[in-house]
Amino acid sequence: MADSAIRRAAGVFAAAVILAGPFDGITPAAAEKVLRIANMGEPETLDPHKTSTTIEANILRNLFEGLMVLDHSGNVAPGVAESFSVSNDGLTYSFRLRDTAKWSNDEPLTAGDFVFSLRRIEDPRTRSQYAEVLYPIKNAQAVNTGKAALTELGVAASDARTVEITLKAPTPYFLQLLTHQSALPVNGKEVTRLGEEWLKPGHMVSNGAYMLDDLKPHSHIRIVKNPNYWDAAKVTIDAVVFDPSEDRAAVLKRYRAGEFDVLRDLPNDQLGWLRQNMPKELHIAPYAGIYYYALNTTKPPFNDKRVRVALSMAINRELLVERITTAGELPAYGFVPDGTANYTARRVPWRTMSQEEREAAAQKLMGEAGYGPNKPLRLQLAYNTSENHKRIAIALAAMWKKINVGIELVNTEVKVHYSNLRIGDFQMGRAGWIADYNDAQSYLFLAQTSTKQQNFSRFSNPEYDRLMDEASLTGDAGKRAALLEQAEEILLDELPVIPIYFYVSKNLVSTKIMGWRDNPLDVEYVRNLSLAD
Amino acid sequence: MWRYSLRRLASAIPTLFVVMTVAFFMMRLAPGGPFDRDRMLTPEVEANIRKAYNLDEPLVVQYGIYLSKLFRGDLGPSFKYQDYTVAELIGNGFPVSFRIGITAIVLALIVGGAFGILAALRQNSLIDHSVMAAAMIGITVPNFVMAPLMTLVIGVYLHLLPAGGYGGGDLRNLILPTVALALPQVAYVARLTRASMIEVLRSNYIRTARAKGLPGRLVVGRHALRPAFLPVVSYLGPAIASIITGSVVIETIFGIPGIGRYFVQGALNRDYTLVMGVVIFYGSLIIILNLLVDLTYGLLDPKIRHD
Repeated sequence: MADSAIRRAAGVFAAAVILAGPFDGITPAAAEKVLRIANMGEPETLDPHKTSTTIEANILRNLFEGLMVLDHSGNVAPGVAESFSVSNDGLTYSFRLRDTAKWSNDEPLTAGDFVFSLRRIEDPRTRSQYAEVLYPIKNAQAVNTGKAALTELGVAASDARTVEITLKAPTPYFLQLLTHQSALPVNGKEVTRLGEEWLKPGHMVSNGAYMLDDLKPHSHIRIVKNPNYWDAAKVTIDAVVFDPSEDRAAVLKRYRAGEFDVLRDLPNDQLGWLRQNMPKELHIAPYAGIYYYALNTTKPPFNDKRVRVALSMAINRELLVERITTAGELPAYGFVPDGTANYTARRVPWRTMSQEEREAAAQKLMGEAGYGPNKPLRLQLAYNTSENHKRIAIALAAMWKKINVGIELVNTEVKVHYSNLRIGDFQMGRAGWIADYNDAQSYLFLAQTSTKQQNFSRFSNPEYDRLMDEASLTGDAGKRAALLEQAEEILLDELPVIPIYFYVSKNLVSTKIMGWRDNPLDVEYVRNLSLAD
Repeated sequence: MWRYSLRRLASAIPTLFVVMTVAFFMMRLAPGGPFDRDRMLTPEVEANIRKAYNLDEPLVVQYGIYLSKLFRGDLGPSFKYQDYTVAELIGNGFPVSFRIGITAIVLALIVGGAFGILAALRQNSLIDHSVMAAAMIGITVPNFVMAPLMTLVIGVYLHLLPAGGYGGGDLRNLILPTVALALPQVAYVARLTRASMIEVLRSNYIRTARAKGLPGRLVVGRHALRPAFLPVVSYLGPAIASIITGSVVIETIFGIPGIGRYFVQGALNRDYTLVMGVVIFYGSLIIILNLLVDLTYGLLDPKIRHD
């Protein structure tokens, strides 16, 4: 058996060689302060003008800095613009750039870079999936749909340090919009020179507190402090490593093993354990988003308002958030969460009733609509694959039994689910919405006729549309709020959707980190944080 | 042998072509598309993007465009990971999957083979029964149970090794995923080796060898081992192809940047070009490895030679 022993030894050797193979190490230098963030997904792009998810936003806001940023409480604060002024009609914004603002390659950041960037995101050739969010800029939609030339976009550089943006209509949340990752600037010269290559480490020029150092798909993205950032003196964390792992349970184990400092989003089934064992690290806070069911109002039975209202009334939301979702989500009796800027959220009138009273009222409505114990309503409830969605659907199906509604669960993968919602091939379908900016319009537009396919319910109410349109043209904040509130009341009266709960943000943050403050958009800039030794 | 190999490879091209064609059309016939998501695109923007990817053309035209690009070696851009081409994604991920996978195979061959032989030689002894019981457990306990358990005990409680992550390819980061990937293979190889070893040991030529008075060591080492490995080799062909292309379970649990995830995620994301890329890549690998298996047969068993 001598030759097999040799073979075995050779095998072991081979294994050792293979295992000890290439090592493209990312070992930090001794005194370097590195923040390790489990970001819960691989970014689809690092191009601010092609981005569409919060996974990317978490990285991009540290690489690039827009005219405006969000402060700790989620309020708008000056970013790379040190000041701004608004014309009396609310249509023209003039931003003054900081004279110390530079790109990471030491070149000055100019107003021309913003003109280039805003034109770039609206340029149909960029194929931005989020260009729409900046449509309040004059001619943006026309440019984006190829009906106007790039130069007609309402953005200009009055001088090297002054960016002037003209709007289609006064848009009170416009400054909020500028904090969104789609409004971040890119370096026109480098992007033009390098083409797609500008996104690679070694090529990317950025103007934020950090710059791209290294990346490998599905492995890590490492960014390091940008010495040319205007406020670099105050940045104390030297580098940030974003890990894209998606398996929440696995990532939590790695956090417990000391491999991460921050976990964005947590597995719901672990929250009980975390509350008990890591209460100081667990951050749960209201998040600007809503979990709801869309009802297809174009077809029976949901073309009947009574059925829609009855189903909404019959849900015991308190029980659902307490027993099923368990993260401290807030029961949704309206469509706009509390705490939305310049807005007093409206709530359904039957909120004051007890659950028993609601169920009785729901039963009565169902009876009027022609359903009852002898003629139960059979419905299909569609949801995309997820343990959480499934548990909620089962719980709601049980609650609806009481009003003689039988539910058939239809589970499909996410692409099929949203394709069905888009083409209207569903009766009742799960949906969720995270606001892009802290404003009631960011929720209420979902039920506008002009929203087309994103209006899953196909809700179409002329009065609602009129109020929304009027609000979008109003410069007066108080009047606008009143119009939006009226619109929400119509929505809550008609209930083309079943609001279920308002989301919470769930982060696990190491006690070594100082300066972390929860806010409604779940936005953190690493430059505001520091790490204890 | 060369002529045989060339002939085999040439005859594999139509197979690959059929697989690719079926994958192309099935993928596009599946409901839902790459741009269906919670945040819908406006119809104009979607039309613009579809046009850029030629998705507005009839299927047959799309297929033609795809083929013409493929012949120029262009697998296209990924729909989902917009900053990368499909070739870049595979090129980045495959070395990682390969490294972990091939180490797992070597491990499986050495450990599984050794245990299999041991069990066969001591048939029905305590050793045999314990090895086979352990192998049974190795086969039946799925990876998605074993892997989290390993991270919890070794990574979280004992702090012996990192609980996950690629660590830029650090050896310490690779031990757990490699072992987790190897375990079921160790078990398979042990069972296969044992069964075939027992059969070989009962054959006439082994009895002859023993009758001639050859020492047991020599009988097993020189005469029984090679033929006993034949079934293992035929198992390994396709197994290697699937193992070195990564495992979605291992990669997601340990946070390893291999290409195993693309097989599942690519399909779920309707990332058409990525799915096509991995199908073609995987298909070619299987064809090459099956050929290698057949050639290895010739080395192990002189009766099978491809002259």
